[in-house]
Amino acid sequence: MPSMRDIKEKIASTKQMRKITKAMQMVAAAKLNRAQATAHDYSAYADQLREVVASIASTITKDVSSKHPMLASRPVKKTAYLVITENRGLAGAYDSTVLKYTQNLIKEKHASEDEYVVIVTGKVGLSFFEKRGYPVELSKTDIPDALTFDDVLDFSKKVISLFDNKKIDELHLIYNHFVNAISQTLVDKQLLPLTDLENKPAAKVEYVYEPDEDEVLETLLPLYAEGQIYGALLDAKAAEQAARMTAMRSASDNASEIIDHLSLSYNRARQAAITQEITEIVGGAAALE
Amino acid sequence: MSTVHTDIVTPAGKVYEGDVHMVCVRSKNGELGILPHHLPIVAPLEIALVRLKHEDEKQVDYVAVHGGFIQVSREKITILSEAAERKADIDVERAKKAKAEAEKQLDTLHETSEGYAEALKKLKRSELRLSTAALNDTVPEA
Repeated sequence: MPSMRDIKEKIASTKQMRKITKAMQMVAAAKLNRAQATAHDYSAYADQLREVVASIASTITKDVSSKHPMLASRPVKKTAYLVITENRGLAGAYDSTVLKYTQNLIKEKHASEDEYVVIVTGKVGLSFFEKRGYPVELSKTDIPDALTFDDVLDFSKKVISLFDNKKIDELHLIYNHFVNAISQTLVDKQLLPLTDLENKPAAKVEYVYEPDEDEVLETLLPLYAEGQIYGALLDAKAAEQAARMTAMRSASDNASEIIDHLSLSYNRARQAAITQEITEIVGGAAALE
Repeated sequence: MSTVHTDIVTPAGKVYEGDVHMVCVRSKNGELGILPHHLPIVAPLEIALVRLKHEDEKQVDYVAVHGGFIQVSREKITILSEAAERKADIDVERAKKAKAEAEKQLDTLHETSEGYAEALKKLKRSELRLSTAALNDTVPEA
């Protein structure tokens, strides 16, 4: 049985830990708020952009000859997976769900290493893939919590140029989608080539394209793809903060539970010591009579 | 005189929102001046200044728009761009620094080398920021 002093020390250290996890929980909550606000600002842009791209794409698909390379599916020799993880850990199962899913997906779909590459953001994912010898084509580990478009512009340009240069023929995004503060779901969607545009043609407006459709698509589609990557990163960021908040909350709860438990044992030990002392005194007094 | 609702939207949120009488942009094909009830049109933009004239012809808002495109529909005008700043929001010091940097980069690079286009773009952006910030608030006599 541990001594009273041991228990007391343990209680003190657990209390310290609880303080830290509580602080982290609150920091994550604040960051989550900010991430949600940024994501909200971005959604106005994304919706608008999507509408234009969709309306152009719907007119253009009739004329197959003028298909932009980003819209056309070509034989897939190499698939790229853009996996979004985070830098620090301490966010529960946030990273492991994404990483496990990717691992299984690759195992299922690809027989040899020549068929795919991995593009990864976040230190956790990078070390995971490097340790296991996956072909990592590109990585980015310096994504700040307060994400802006400029921070990721270079990265998304690089990713898209891989597709343009035919180094990859398909690009999938794998990340945690933010549903609400307590739940995140895994998303696996194909970004390039852009195939999911025609599903809902927005308000039918016949636009005039100046100078012509191809020229407009030339600037529009890269903008759209970059925006999608940025949007995914924002979404993942919000999900990360939410996951961290939940993880830290349950860590704090667990710490409280342990403290309760330890306090109980401490009191028992104290009572046992007192009882023993009394017995000893009584015993001693009885021996003197 | 009529007005048209105009938004300038970037990934960082709405930069500009308001009812204006005329929007002047520089598209890849040349200058466009768009009045209310314009034909629906979509055009890519240069890195250039956008002028938004208010109804009374006295007040003009200036926004530096870095590429992107303009979309005119029946009810409203939307300018979508990676980055845009209103005249008042421009950080002159930062733009000056960026300009010097871009110039230095351009000096060391050859036209055919890899980063040339990027550096040129950067120079254009910083120059646009500086020229926008230096504009006079009074409307030039038309």
